[in-house]
Amino acid sequence: MEEEVFSGALDPADKPSLFTRYLLVVLLVTLTSWLVSVVLLLPDRNQGLSILVNEHLSLSGVRHPITAVLLNFRGYDTLLEMSVLLIALTGTWSLARPSERIEAEPGLILGFMVRLLIPLMIMVSGYLLWVGAHAPGGAFQAGSVLAASGVLLLLSGWRLSVRFVGWPLRTGLVLGLLVFIATGAAMLLIGNRFLEFPPSMAGNLILVIEATATVSIAITLTALFRGEQPDAKR
Amino acid sequence: MTPPVLYALTGMCLFGLGLYGLIIHNHLLRKIIALNIMGSGVFLVLVALAGRTLDTSPDPVPLAMVITGIVVTVSSTALALVLILRIQTAIGESRHRDQHLSKKTKA
Amino acid sequence: METVTMFSWSIDCLLAASLLWIAWCATAASDLFKAIVLFIAVGLIMVLIWIRLNAPDVALAEAAIGTGLTGALLLAVLKRLEPKAKTNS
Repeated sequence: MEEEVFSGALDPADKPSLFTRYLLVVLLVTLTSWLVSVVLLLPDRNQGLSILVNEHLSLSGVRHPITAVLLNFRGYDTLLEMSVLLIALTGTWSLARPSERIEAEPGLILGFMVRLLIPLMIMVSGYLLWVGAHAPGGAFQAGSVLAASGVLLLLSGWRLSVRFVGWPLRTGLVLGLLVFIATGAAMLLIGNRFLEFPPSMAGNLILVIEATATVSIAITLTALFRGEQPDAKR
Repeated sequence: MTPPVLYALTGMCLFGLGLYGLIIHNHLLRKIIALNIMGSGVFLVLVALAGRTLDTSPDPVPLAMVITGIVVTVSSTALALVLILRIQTAIGESRHRDQHLSKKTKA
Repeated sequence: METVTMFSWSIDCLLAASLLWIAWCATAASDLFKAIVLFIAVGLIMVLIWIRLNAPDVALAEAAIGTGLTGALLLAVLKRLEPKAKTNS
């Protein structure tokens, strides 16, 4: 009985009957085969929107089509995505209970790995941010590598020092979203629509937005991993 | 059958598999894993169907949507995991049992 | 128009089949720790598939956050839910 509780397996009291299981499998197989038939009806070759993107790529300020789509053509989606990250963090901070603080020195391997890998990861993140303009990369990839280094730091026992808890942390979290909205709103001042970058400035604007977004995404994901809000009093 | 179609079919099967796991398990952590597998299946369908262009570079718009989708999935998974921890504190276990529903109707 | 050779076709079939099989193992695993580790394996095979589908940006994002961060989150929550469970059996 103890094994069942700890393993998360199907509790014998709640096991659905064999009939229910077979009915479920039949229904799901029907659903999946219907979806499969829909996919098989699709045409073999379809350009989709790639023609449009390639036509207007020179106006976007970057040379990589995915970065152009993410930060210029569909920049509004990226803005909302960054706000989704912040909303998730707000929910997590409201709900998380403080866990007991375990003071532990990282083991030999973890400590060595952290010292070796974190500087490399920061460098890789910076490279990914820069190269996103003309090759696969960009803000999300760079931010996620930086977040991975933050998670490694948290696992090895690092905690944010007390003077950065509070307003510096909050500024870092919202900086990416703020800069994105401010840049988009600044376009209203020069006569364009919201988030409509003029082709001459688009490259530099995208770089600034991506840089701040990288830092914000990294801090947000690391805070999501930590769970509880850092408290200066503990 | 071209590779895009093969991977789109795999994505659909992954979706069905995730849905089965979501319905059949009652431990909430397994439900979250099943939801993530469903999401991965949907992303696979999107990216596979984006590869049907006439040249080798895929259609960038679905790829951008999938990158956005991955980030949104991670943040909603993180929020869901915190909710699981609170549920564990509130009702003492992290399973969703049908008896809980009947307890509500009795109370 | 790319010609689908036997070699690339077999790689595609192998990736798709192993993805479905490991996803099934992740759903039907008896142990939660095993399920989470198999879920991370599903994510890693998805990274290979993204690269095969000429989507390296998606592969980068999925490897770092979709697989790595989600796996780490799941393991951390598992440790908090069942602190007495044997996680390295």
